[in-house]
Amino acid sequence: MQENKKGRHALLDGSRLIIESMARAGADAFIGYPITPANLLYQYGLQRMPLMLAAPDEITTVQWMSGLAATGKIAVTATSFPGYALMIESINMAFMMELPMVIVLVQRLGPATGTATSGAQGDLSLLKGNISGGHPLPVLCTSNMEDCWTLSAKAVELAVKLRTPVVLLTSKEEVMTTKSFNMDLLPEITPLERKYYDLECDGNYKPYKATNFVPDFLPLGQNKHQIRFNASTHNEKGILQHADEESMANTRRLEEKIRKRAYEYTWYDLDEDEQAKKLVVAFGITAAAARHAVNQLREEGRHISLLIPKTLIPVPEVYLEIMESYDEVIVAEENINNQFSDLIYGLKKPVGHRFVGSLGKMITPQQIREEVRK
Amino acid sequence: MNNLFLNTEILPYCKGCGHDLIAKNTTKALGKLNYEPLDIIVVTDIGCHGIIDKALNTHTVHGLHGRSAALASGISFGTDNPDKKIIVFIGDGGATIGLQHIMEASRLNVNMTLVVHNNYLYGMTGGQTSGLTPVGFHTTTSHEGNQFSGYDICALARTAGAPYVSRITGIGDISDQLAVAFSNKGFSLVEILEICPSYGVKLNPKRKLQEIAASSGKPLGEWTQHREPFEKHQGKKTDDLLGEVREIKKVFQSYLKTTVSLVISGSAGEGVQLAAGLISKACVSSGLCVTQKGSYPVTVGVGFSTSEINISTQPIDFHGINVPDMAIITSEDGLAHNRKRIESMTNGKLMIDSSLEVPKTGADVIQHDFRTVGARNAAIFAVFFFALKTGIISSEAILKVIEEEGKTDKLPLPKIKEALAKVK
Repeated sequence: MQENKKGRHALLDGSRLIIESMARAGADAFIGYPITPANLLYQYGLQRMPLMLAAPDEITTVQWMSGLAATGKIAVTATSFPGYALMIESINMAFMMELPMVIVLVQRLGPATGTATSGAQGDLSLLKGNISGGHPLPVLCTSNMEDCWTLSAKAVELAVKLRTPVVLLTSKEEVMTTKSFNMDLLPEITPLERKYYDLECDGNYKPYKATNFVPDFLPLGQNKHQIRFNASTHNEKGILQHADEESMANTRRLEEKIRKRAYEYTWYDLDEDEQAKKLVVAFGITAAAARHAVNQLREEGRHISLLIPKTLIPVPEVYLEIMESYDEVIVAEENINNQFSDLIYGLKKPVGHRFVGSLGKMITPQQIREEVRK
Repeated sequence: MNNLFLNTEILPYCKGCGHDLIAKNTTKALGKLNYEPLDIIVVTDIGCHGIIDKALNTHTVHGLHGRSAALASGISFGTDNPDKKIIVFIGDGGATIGLQHIMEASRLNVNMTLVVHNNYLYGMTGGQTSGLTPVGFHTTTSHEGNQFSGYDICALARTAGAPYVSRITGIGDISDQLAVAFSNKGFSLVEILEICPSYGVKLNPKRKLQEIAASSGKPLGEWTQHREPFEKHQGKKTDDLLGEVREIKKVFQSYLKTTVSLVISGSAGEGVQLAAGLISKACVSSGLCVTQKGSYPVTVGVGFSTSEINISTQPIDFHGINVPDMAIITSEDGLAHNRKRIESMTNGKLMIDSSLEVPKTGADVIQHDFRTVGARNAAIFAVFFFALKTGIISSEAILKVIEEEGKTDKLPLPKIKEALAKVK
């Protein structure tokens, strides 16, 4: 956010930026159902998306999105944990069928219904393992208003380019808080150009034959080539197979597709102080507190660096490299079990690793400052 | 082989299975209607019916157990070519699991045909009772015969709005009946009764399909009603969500030099959120950066209504407020919701309605009758009071926002002005 001097200033919320960005990037449809704190996204989706459908439940939502994706449409939805939990099998289906879509997951306090109007960062561990087989489902995470704009468009691009569902992770405080914002700071978004298999090619189209790990896409609706989408284990033709060599190679490719091409979709902010021996790491809503805290610590004359991860899954290896290059690493996230560090290190955290957590309340800059000063 | 739609005559079903008859009659019906294979999208899910995919020359989509009606609905929504025909195969188990999806497709009248392969049990998983198993029918999980009557899927779909529904037995040539369903514009459902040869026949010896069908109490037949097929409702649309956001130009000055966190709180229906918006916009028009967050119970029309506002000359990263620098409290609800943090204030200002008890606080307390122009305008009046007492924004800046938002005639501005004149 910039000081209010020049530019087109307005009061905006992150939800508005997310939906507008996705629409400009090429999203065709919003499939919605009401759930706090994602309701603003639903409202904006209704206003802005070329097609908007109100689904009766969460499973239907992702099934409809998948059907739309099979016809070449890019669908978006927004939910929170209680809804996301119900979507998971269908997200697995879309992952297996290789259907692009974006699910905006607005975190709130759990477990279960928890508190719908309290923010949280408690869903990362779930996202790490929500595809059976442990295959990575791409997760991008917004950390400010600019991210709501740029990452939302990138989420659409990533979904289409890698033919996969993508989660855009955010939280209640990010999408429901109004902020003064200079709209001139928003970079232009180039609409995505969909590339399909050449319809004039011979009749040997195989729906799951991949080039650079991603199969050429053809939408249902044309009548030059037979298309098969399949949620069960399948071969290159999309025909159900048991665990034979070809079908296992296809399933293995789903893993490799995301892991090996993830480097194309790695985003993070690294604000380095060359003399720093301490690093603060924070993503999502806590990144705002971390920025504030680091600025204050620097005003005190302290040397401190800041890492804000935006691509969360698959975890870019560069995060580990950055974190290992500091004597002390303070990870702040709004949960009580340090899910980001679990993602990076597993159970055994290295010496010098520290955690600032919170439950039901935003982590404050003061909490981070106090931990850094120790 | 004289069937454009199948790539084999030998389908992957047990001997005597009705699914074989349904698949072959489906392709026969499509031939009668002069479809080409790639005009057809067959959506299946888990269950014996779903293994037909590989034998079909049509497009095929093989989804999750019970979800094929919803998946096919999405395909139908996205298919711009009206000549495409979407056919959904589902079992009685899948229909039980995905009953909501069938009801929704019926209600919206989604353009597709759902073929329910009702062999009275879950076949692929071992012959268990489904929601469509008739009373008295024996399954591997109902050794004494099913205790309950099955759903009448035809009646349910029809009640939900399906314009074409039929129930037939899977005996002989049923291609004409299927062709009628396939020709329907909008949603059509055909329930085809069968007996699973592997479980149903063995567990219900000597029983015949027609006798079981008759004993179920659900008649064979065809039911129609006129409805227009689903059309995508576009509704009121904007082509730019940012274009409809009002730009706030800097036309006023503020004397604020630092950052102030403010909480304004009162009762639902007393204009708190509107008042917070006025403060925020007036701040932006005064060259300041702002964050604003509303908080209220889920029952939005009752109880407290609170808004948290950060105001700064500099960009604001962190918008959370634990203990505010200033608080405006206009009612008992607002006081109750914020009592703890008011008590935690060690400095700053508390502007509180004079009817309320003042909590112990380190803040400077300013009491005033905020409800002097009526309870509904308590928070609006407090905004002007705030401007007057703090100088962070001016009354002119607030009035400008009110004017630009077309609210001048909706607020008792003369009365507010009159009351403000009495403020010391």
